[in-house]
Amino acid sequence: MSVRELELDLDAFEGPFDLLLTLVLKEELGLAEVDVAGIVLAFVERLAEREELDLDACGEFLVLVAALLELKARGLFADGAELEDLEPEEAAEELARRLEEYRRIKAAAEWLGERLVAERDRFFRLGPAPLAPRGERRLAEQDPEALAAALRMLAAEPPEVSLSHLELRFPPVSQFLERFRALLGRRRRFDFDQEVAGLSRIEQAVAFLALLELRRSGEISLEQAAPFAPIRVARAVGGREEEEAWSARSA
Amino acid sequence: MERPLRLISANPVDALARTLEALLVVASQPLSVDELAQAAGDEAERVETALGLLGERYREGRSGIVLEQVAGGWAFRGSREAAEACGRLFERPVERGLSQAALETLAVVAYMGPCSRPEVARWRGVAVDSVIAGLVERGLIAEAGREPGAGGAVRYRVTPLFERVFGLESLAALPRLEELGGDAEELRGRLEALAERRPA
Repeated sequence: MSVRELELDLDAFEGPFDLLLTLVLKEELGLAEVDVAGIVLAFVERLAEREELDLDACGEFLVLVAALLELKARGLFADGAELEDLEPEEAAEELARRLEEYRRIKAAAEWLGERLVAERDRFFRLGPAPLAPRGERRLAEQDPEALAAALRMLAAEPPEVSLSHLELRFPPVSQFLERFRALLGRRRRFDFDQEVAGLSRIEQAVAFLALLELRRSGEISLEQAAPFAPIRVARAVGGREEEEAWSARSA
Repeated sequence: MERPLRLISANPVDALARTLEALLVVASQPLSVDELAQAAGDEAERVETALGLLGERYREGRSGIVLEQVAGGWAFRGSREAAEACGRLFERPVERGLSQAALETLAVVAYMGPCSRPEVARWRGVAVDSVIAGLVERGLIAEAGREPGAGGAVRYRVTPLFERVFGLESLAALPRLEELGGDAEELRGRLEALAERRPA
């Protein structure tokens, strides 16, 4: 008996086994649609009709069906890598679970298909719903002049928008450098906060930059008792000595 | 008997029933008891009584118009008796049936919905884009939000039209998934029967 000529009568396919294989390999028939159990059943039934066991045919059939099953199993995992990550037992379990799910969905689809045929005779009206009168709104008598006034307002040229608040004025850092140097020429120390009081935030920030600049060049030493406490600025007389003293204090 | 006072006002449910009749004949989709009660300006309980009255009047074999409970509401449809005549003049929403792929996709969305294309593909094991597009076009499924997270995939659910086409009172009328698919048992049975016939 020839396995390849085995006549199949499945939901998705009717014809000889080798045509089914050809169609599957050419991807003209989705394996998901093919009921492999049905193929096995057809073969076993055919085998049962015969007097003696055809071992060659059985062997060939086993190989073909195993290949078909492997293809189908891989098809159930949309992402092949997903399957590779699992241990064989886990993969088998996962596969069994998905097959079971798929079988149920197939059964549900079958039920829907039968239902669709059974309910074919139901004709009903379809279409957009008639418009519903939603919340009636009553308007008081209006003066047409109000409408004209509103239109005139729309037609008027809008006032030019002022961008002055967007303009940031940065006084040059050098201005504060000179000012602080002059100040330290007259006095040994001064209080930064007192000095910049009354200036704008931007000016205060620039003044602070100037302070850092002076500190970097070693012209001054800085002292602050605590965060947010007044910053005391002193002329760096001895250079290093005073600087070390400042570091020690700040530490 | 429970409400003897009601008996005095000469069968007011009849008037309510006539109002419901009018609402239902104008409607193009099923109306819920609440919608009917609101439109008729009456209590939901009395609306249900009136619907029972109408259901008796508009039923298969008695009337060409049949009142049915479908898609979470009440609606009129043509009687099955007149289906052939209706078919000559009108098209059904799903005239030519659905493919196996479409039925399976519909089953996944009906049972698992709302769910996205990747989810449906995972259940069916194959790409489903064109099938989904076809079902959306037929109005059997519709978009229902997105999966959580940025750029989440669009989810789909079945529509009231799906329930009407399949004649379902609601989605709860679908057979339970656990009870479906007994064919594996049947196959096993057939294989075992064959094995017994053929001693090893």
